[in-house]
Amino acid sequence: MADNHSRVAHQFDDLAQQQEASNLGMWAFLATEVLFFGGMFAAYAVYRSLYYDAFVAGSQHMDVLLGAVNTAVLLLSSLTVALGVHAVQRGNNGALTRYLLMTIALGSTFLVIKGFEYSHKYAEGLIPGVRFALEGPDHVELYFILYFVMTGFHALHMIVGIGIMTAMIILTRKGRFSPEYYNPIEVSGLYWHFVDIVWIFLYPLFYLIQVHP
Amino acid sequence: MSGHHVSRRVYFAVGFALLVLFLLTVGVAYIDLGPFNIVVAMAIATFKAILVVLYFMHVRYSSRVTWVFVSASFFWLVILLVLTLSDYATRGV
Amino acid sequence: MKTVNEDALQKNYITAAYGIRSWLLTRDHKRIALLYLISITLFFFIGGFFAVLMRLELMTPQGDLVSAETYNRLFTMHGVAMIFFFLVPSIPAVLGNFLLPMMLGARDLAFPRLNLLSWYLYMVGGAYTLYAMVTGGIDTGWTFYTPYSTGYSTTNVVPVVVGIFILGFSSILTGLNFIVTTHKMRAPGLTWFRLPLFVWSQYATSVIILLATPVLAITLALLGVERIFRVGIFDPALGGDPILFQHMFWFYSHPAVYIMVLPSMGVVSELVTCFARRRIFGYRFMAFAVMAIAVLGFLVWGHHMFVSGQSVYAGMAFSALSFFVAIPSAIKVFNWTATLHKGRIEFRTPVLYAFGFIGLFTIGGLTGLFLATLAVNVHLTDTYFVVAHFHYIMVGGAVMGYLGGIHYWWPKMTGRMYHEGWAKFSALILFVGFNLTFFPQFILGYLGMPRRYYIYPEEFQVLNVLSTAGASILGLGYIIPMIYLLWSLRKPRTAGPNPWNAVGLEWLTPSPPPTHNFDKTPVVTEEPYAYEEKSAHGG
Repeated sequence: MADNHSRVAHQFDDLAQQQEASNLGMWAFLATEVLFFGGMFAAYAVYRSLYYDAFVAGSQHMDVLLGAVNTAVLLLSSLTVALGVHAVQRGNNGALTRYLLMTIALGSTFLVIKGFEYSHKYAEGLIPGVRFALEGPDHVELYFILYFVMTGFHALHMIVGIGIMTAMIILTRKGRFSPEYYNPIEVSGLYWHFVDIVWIFLYPLFYLIQVHP
Repeated sequence: MSGHHVSRRVYFAVGFALLVLFLLTVGVAYIDLGPFNIVVAMAIATFKAILVVLYFMHVRYSSRVTWVFVSASFFWLVILLVLTLSDYATRGV
Repeated sequence: MKTVNEDALQKNYITAAYGIRSWLLTRDHKRIALLYLISITLFFFIGGFFAVLMRLELMTPQGDLVSAETYNRLFTMHGVAMIFFFLVPSIPAVLGNFLLPMMLGARDLAFPRLNLLSWYLYMVGGAYTLYAMVTGGIDTGWTFYTPYSTGYSTTNVVPVVVGIFILGFSSILTGLNFIVTTHKMRAPGLTWFRLPLFVWSQYATSVIILLATPVLAITLALLGVERIFRVGIFDPALGGDPILFQHMFWFYSHPAVYIMVLPSMGVVSELVTCFARRRIFGYRFMAFAVMAIAVLGFLVWGHHMFVSGQSVYAGMAFSALSFFVAIPSAIKVFNWTATLHKGRIEFRTPVLYAFGFIGLFTIGGLTGLFLATLAVNVHLTDTYFVVAHFHYIMVGGAVMGYLGGIHYWWPKMTGRMYHEGWAKFSALILFVGFNLTFFPQFILGYLGMPRRYYIYPEEFQVLNVLSTAGASILGLGYIIPMIYLLWSLRKPRTAGPNPWNAVGLEWLTPSPPPTHNFDKTPVVTEEPYAYEEKSAHGG
């Protein structure tokens, strides 16, 4: 039986206040992330509206199938996170650990596929400022700059997310969580879902610009 | 938040819906809708995001404060996008 | 009823533990506030040092003290130091950190460890930026406009931008902490409309911080990418758009000016009520006004870009919206005035700073309207008129509010009172010095003297000399408080819990307060600023 009193930090009156504060804190942080990524989406919107042909040309070099697989992988990972929260609410720490492991596996799969995509881009000379050999319409470089910056920051957030989930597994194995106290799992889940949502928008914007004949 | 229990059925239903919508996104992209391709794609993406927010992130069962935080952040993003794009849209006019 | 001397012997947050580790690893919001106080004061004087060199150069029309390139570094680093490392943190990180939990009846902020992290991020960002300044500096202007900053400047652009990026996180963590604390840790009975206006202003400021700072972060990151990889994001020669940089930069930097001034407005509300012995006139309007300023402040950034190549129609929209944002500010000035009217005013040092704020902020704000007028802006942009305008708000407004707050809460933070005579004298010097420094700059700008130039036509010399003379007096006004405030620390802690006979939860605690603030969480039953009731009861 977890000693709930020791779980309550001194500045809080009770566990409920602490958990509400923790959730609100994560949501406040996610608000900053919306604006952080949002700035990049604004740059994308401006440049796509100005140089549509360049964006069409750039997106022809994307692997629609790999991107699709990645999207499915992430959507699935959000499901496993949600199921993990569900498990711990019912005191099933074993299931929680399994769902967290699945989440990490799916997230890592995403990163591996991304790694393949990046290395293909390097081989084909499509990384502005590093190795860029494409003779395309004017401003096509902008498409690729935005691609690497936006998916790059997204991947960075995925890596952090995997780190957080790993920490959650360690804590779960130490018996830290119970139906009365699982707030860190909940809050880590919020972060993970947010990173998934960013990709939900990135995929159509970069991979599906004009795939129809 | 801790306290509200969402059934696994709901999670699976939302997960399934997300996958279906994702397939729809890809499918519609192969149809030529002209300028509406991007509109449809963004609309579906937004709907998927809303599903994740409401159900996976439990906002459907959360306090009004949480709901305000979520809406405010997206609303502010809209301010950034709309006012910036309005400059470019009205340059040559 | 404890006597003042017993209070002085009590364990308080300063004496609770000794040794440098207990300070560097503290989670106590009050200690963190003091850590910030020292750091930002340091950066204030660093920024001031650059200003001194600038004003010395500008005493003569020729460039004789420094070269043009050096002058460019001076105004850039003055701006960077003052804005990012002094003004943005100042009141929130010092007074907000110290007072917010106490005003809410709480034992600490919601996330004390994040609070400490926030200070460390400030120090890392500050140290790195300082290093960049000392090893060559930066000459792009604090606005980092592209493509100069990304493609032409040979100075330490990337390190400075990284330092500010790190500072952004410091700022965000503070704002996040304040928002969650205000929502979740108010004492029983402390409803939103019983909160002191200082809390409302911190809350509004925190909302701005959370929503604006990330956009600065990504803008600076993109600037860094462009500069390091030599790719075109904002550089037109490489296919980018420099106006996009300005849109993204000012999306943060305009709301940033409200980050810098709203906390000061909160302080002024506390000072005016206490020293007029009256409740605030129009409390709800005051609370709504700070929120309105926070929201409307996000809709006006294009007024920094009227002559940039932005669309004329966007310019018109931004101009109209800029007029709107003046309204809630004006409401606040009227309400402070109405509060003072027929009050029994005690002319103590803190409220002198509040008077300074009200008058000088009004002038600064009105001149903002001139600048927001499209046609007038064409003539005044990039002249000293703009420089004078924002210094009236930032120095005449924000810094005065900050100093007023420091003086008001000094006895609470330290348990000591400063020498009132010297304090009053210093406030007067500050006021005179400030106006002598910056009023001539309105005239210079109107006459056409451009900003960021190290030389100027002969006919502008008299006004420039007046401005420099003013600056030396202004400098005195900053140095004297350093002396008497530090001197006050040599005295015993005899200020007592409530030397101003003020109303507010923070005044219920001993001075200095114990680490946990309140032995028992207070229960609030009164409306805020119940000064009239206090007087009626002989308080």
